[in-house]
Amino acid sequence: MAIEVRIPTILRTYTGGAKSVEGAGDTLSALLTDLDSKYSGLRGRLITEQGGLHRFVNIYVNDEDVRFLGSLDAKLNDGDNVTILPAVAGGAFGFAAAAALLGRSTAPVS
Amino acid sequence: MLSIDRSIIDAIIAHARRDHPDEACGVVAGPVGSDKPARHIPMDNAARSMTFYEFDSMEQLRVWREMDDLDEEPVVIYHSHTATEAYPSRTDVSFAGEPGAHYLLVSTREPESEEIRSYRIVDGVVTEEPVRIVEPTVDPHAVQSYMFGQSPTTVDYECSPGR
Repeated sequence: MAIEVRIPTILRTYTGGAKSVEGAGDTLSALLTDLDSKYSGLRGRLITEQGGLHRFVNIYVNDEDVRFLGSLDAKLNDGDNVTILPAVAGGAFGFAAAAALLGRSTAPVS
Repeated sequence: MLSIDRSIIDAIIAHARRDHPDEACGVVAGPVGSDKPARHIPMDNAARSMTFYEFDSMEQLRVWREMDDLDEEPVVIYHSHTATEAYPSRTDVSFAGEPGAHYLLVSTREPESEEIRSYRIVDGVVTEEPVRIVEPTVDPHAVQSYMFGQSPTTVDYECSPGR
């Protein structure tokens, strides 16, 4: 089952510079595990130590943000396109306070 | 160093003033590898906060795809600080995910003047860089219309018939 995955600039060090790679899996979680077997370390940049999706990245399946599709449990089908983008955020506020305010800490999202 | 046209800086300042006291944010896209900011894209601050900004994830996907289609990349990522100086906060550094981009900060805390500074943020290390604002080569306020009997290159003092 082939799924095309678009890799942002900041993570292309893991893919030998490739902008897009192919992976397999019936959920986002399985796909990331498959990718990590070929591009070691990639998964660790997307998943926190607690096992949730990292706050600093956005992952999309086709045209949907996976946060609305069950996060790591999002279902994947052959031919789906997965896009990874760095989240663009920041501001004058302290990070811990900002994360608390948003109710989406760096802890697991699910 | 960041070189950026006066017209784009003016548009960014106008956006920051419009959204003040909330933080404003956006992108200036340019051809891949050119390091030339060319297309200003103001973005919504999904956080709508005075102390935090966040691109709306769906708007970001649309804009990033559009840049991809046009062989562009985010040359500048900007946001405003509305009560503090134009220096990256720890939050800014934690999130900075475009190592090739110039992170431009505009402070609107003074009502009459703006502080504009630019940084590279790579692997959590902040390096300030100079900003060179490129003034327009053609003065936009120069005469654009001509009196009867004049053209940009000639003046017909006689206003002779048949011309």
